[in-house]
This record gives sequence, C-alpha cells and structure tokens, in this order.
Amino acid sequence: MFEGFEGGRMPAAFMSAGTSSFTEFLGAVSPESLPGHDLPDRNAGEHMTPDATTIVALTFPGGVVLAGDRRATQGNVIANRDMDKLFRTDEFSAVAIAGSAGIGIELARLYQVELEHYEKMEGRALSLEGKANKLAQMVRGNLGMAMQGFVVVPLLIGYDERSEEGRVFSYDAVGGRYEEHRYHSIGSGSVYAKGSLKKLYRDDLSETDAVKAALESLYDAADDDSATGGPDLHRKIFPLVDVITDDGHRRVAVDEVERLATEVVEGRAAHPDGPTAPLS
Amino acid sequence: MSMPFYVAPEQQMKDKADYARKGIARGRSAVVLQYDGGILMVADNMSRTLHKISELYDRIGFAAVGRYPEFENLRLMGVRFADVRGYQYDRRDVSGRQLANIYAQTLGTVFSESLKPWEVEILVAEVGESAADDEIYRINFDGTIVDEQGFVAVGGSSEHVSNQLKDRFAADAPLATALNTATRALAHENGDERELEAGNLEVAVLERAREHRKFRRVHGRRLRTLLEEGRAGTGRAATDEPEADGGDEE
Repeated sequence: MFEGFEGGRMPAAFMSAGTSSFTEFLGAVSPESLPGHDLPDRNAGEHMTPDATTIVALTFPGGVVLAGDRRATQGNVIANRDMDKLFRTDEFSAVAIAGSAGIGIELARLYQVELEHYEKMEGRALSLEGKANKLAQMVRGNLGMAMQGFVVVPLLIGYDERSEEGRVFSYDAVGGRYEEHRYHSIGSGSVYAKGSLKKLYRDDLSETDAVKAALESLYDAADDDSATGGPDLHRKIFPLVDVITDDGHRRVAVDEVERLATEVVEGRAAHPDGPTAPLS
Repeated sequence: MSMPFYVAPEQQMKDKADYARKGIARGRSAVVLQYDGGILMVADNMSRTLHKISELYDRIGFAAVGRYPEFENLRLMGVRFADVRGYQYDRRDVSGRQLANIYAQTLGTVFSESLKPWEVEILVAEVGESAADDEIYRINFDGTIVDEQGFVAVGGSSEHVSNQLKDRFAADAPLATALNTATRALAHENGDERELEAGNLEVAVLERAREHRKFRRVHGRRLRTLLEEGRAGTGRAATDEPEADGGDEE
C-alpha cells in the first residue's frame, strides 16, 4: 500500500506536522482512494449506480430523529430493497444520503473518518457547525461528478452539546448548506414526506411520537412516490431510524420499529390517507 | 584540515543508547494493565492537555513516555496510518500488531541512522473480544518490540514500577482496584513514595463492552470516585477480610 515504507520509514507526509483533515491527507498520500477520483470525460450515462430515495429528519425537545426508507432504484427497477442509507458519523451526529448510492456511500464513509480523524489528531471533537461546514466542502468537492449526473445530497443531523438541542442541516449539489428547523426531507419522495410532516409535526413531540411521525411521513412518501419503499411486513423490512440525544447516537431497535410500523400500516387499513389534522 | 576520529560502531550504539536512556529517565512513567472490563492506561502527567495517553483506533490505545514532540509525532503517524488502512479496507483490518510494527521500524531506523536517537518509549494496547485476546506491545527507543502479558510499565524507572505491579496485579480485578494498583506502583517510582492525586494522573480505559470506539478518558469526578474506591478497597484488604479485594460494588 505505502510503497515508501521501504527502508523502515513511513512516507514523509505521515510524519509531518501537516493537516488534521483526513480528506486532505488522503489526497496527498493516496489520491486514488478519494471519491470522484478519475472522472470519466463524457457524460457517462445514468443508471451506473442506483439511486437512494427518501430520507426524513425531525427534531423533538432534547434530540433529533433521522429515518430512511430501504429502497434503491435503477430506472424503473428496484435495485435493492433493504439498503441502509443512514450513517452514524460520530457519537453526536449522523448523515443520510439521497441520490447516486455508490458515490453517497463513499462520501458518508469518508466523512465519518474525517470527523473521527480530526477528533483524534486535535484531541477534541469539531463543533456541530464545524461538522456541517466540513460536509458542505465535501459535497462541493463532488460537483464534477454531480455535473455528470451523479448527484448526491446528504442530510446531516446532530445534537448540539452547546445549545443542547437537535439540529438538522440540508445541502444542495454545489455544497450550499442550509439549517432546517423542525423537520426536513430529501430524496425522490421528499415532497410528500414534507407535506405529511407539516401536518404531523408539533413542538412537544415525545421521542416515540417523533419516530412514529417519521414512519407516517415515509409511508406517505412511499404511497405517492414509486421509488420510495414502504414498510414490507412480509419480508420484515422496515425503515431504519436513528435517534440522537444528549446520551449520544442510537439506532432504534428493529422490534421497536416493527411495532410502530405495524401500527402505521394497520392505521392505514382503516384510514388509507393516514391521520388527519383538525381544521381549526 | 581536521580528521574525524574513528569511533567503533559498538561504542557509537552504546553512546546513543545511554543518551536515550538518560533522556527517558528524566520523565515520569506510564503503565498499562488489564482489568476485568478491558485495559487500563495510567500515566503520571501534570498536564491536562499534552497527553501521554491517546486513542489510535477503535480498539487500540497509545501510551508514551519521554520527549513530548517526538512521541506526539509517532502518535500522529499512527492515527494517520490506522485511518488510511481502515478506510481503504475495513475497520476490523486495523490491528495493534501493525501499529506496533511500524513504530518499531520507525524507531529502529531513527536509532541506527540519526545522530540523535529519539528519547521515547511507546506502549500499544489492543483490547480483544475476551481477556485472552488482549494484546500489549512495548516498543523501546531502539525499535526493539516486546509482546507483554497482563501488565507493563515504561519510563525511567520502569523496572521498579514493574516489580510493584507484579506483586499486586490481577487480570480480573475491578477498575477501582486496578487503578489503585497502577497508582501505587507509579507513586513508588523513584524509591520515595509520593501521593498521586487525580490532578497529576492521566487515566484512560479501553472498555471491552463499549460499542464502536472502546477508548475513553477517565477524569474529573469519576476519576476521584474510582481513586477513593480503590483506596477503600485496599484499606479493607489490609484488615482481616480476604474477600474484600473484589468487593467493590458498582
């Protein structure tokens, strides 16, 4: 791997005072390992990697919930029905991706190492703002790929230890960073999920209710967007849900999601359009 | 024109080794030992920010004594190596043995090629699935590497500290007892006994049961409580209750 290690010395870059950024360091010692290295010249065509679809996030007092459906599509074909699009990036943050799956997974992995690397090199973790800005730069770094059709957009959630609240950040393909308040959704079914959350969101949701609201909104997304997968009771494939509070990151147990998702599906048997909001 | 004097290679190496040993002996020691929940790392360190103990990777910790800029350089190199390896392959593919080996090679090269050897001693500890899978490596200033069992000390009077550890060490001791063993060994360092308080100790654990990253620093109130518990535990052991040793309730 490191050819320079001959003679009992690591390459000079390993020993220099240098950077605390893993991406920068990897770019120096092993640029071929970075996502988006070696771009094809021409429009390489779509469908080379499947598309990851709908992600939702919402805050509740004391934390934030992130949930994603499990489907990846390639054109009209379901490429994968049990994909995991949520990535725990450190104790107090998580990232979910929508768009070109192959690029997105690589981006999320790199981002995860980036945060941890900084923390180990510097002896302290980045602030949540710092984490959000770093992700913006990395998405911006993918612009070349985005121009060729490999668009990937992440959604970042985190618990801000300073202000003691959950926060949500969204991004556009050129690295624009936007802080979202209360709730947000990205991906092909996001329009429907956001509409659903708009009616279900309240400022005083409990953690369990917030998870339930996320599942309802994903159901609504799957209801109207063919690329979003709903809860699959037969195959036991349910959305994945992450919760971050001051206790740190937690993946909600499969049983718990199954119970809540089954409630949602049963509720829809009686009312196919789901819970309604009062008019006044 | 002056002629350089001929110095026999044996003499050269011996001079370098003496130089390094003297440098290391000026600093305080560090110890690494197993306890019932993983691996405990303790260093005698006045500074709260210039660490002697750090995290290298998920299950791997680093402890060093000697000249700070030199071992800090080695630490950064280890973090970079581990993160690149883990990113290119898988997180499980980063091992303590690899890291210990690159430290040994680096220190060996510096020792034989540079005029001035590095005045450092390094410990690399990896916590395994069970106590039997734990690995502890000690790397000396000249690049010699030793695979240690159970406990190890580095630093100026490491032999003295090791002897102290040997008498009291038990791999299945609870954390407070293990911490007490470590601090007592460090306190006896130079023959004279000093009282080590939370303020001049740097403590971290590699917790076997912890998810993801096993490394955790122990400081503040938790450290003070553990130190008190440890002292109380040995206090009881000094009276006539033999089972008091493991009697620390959580």
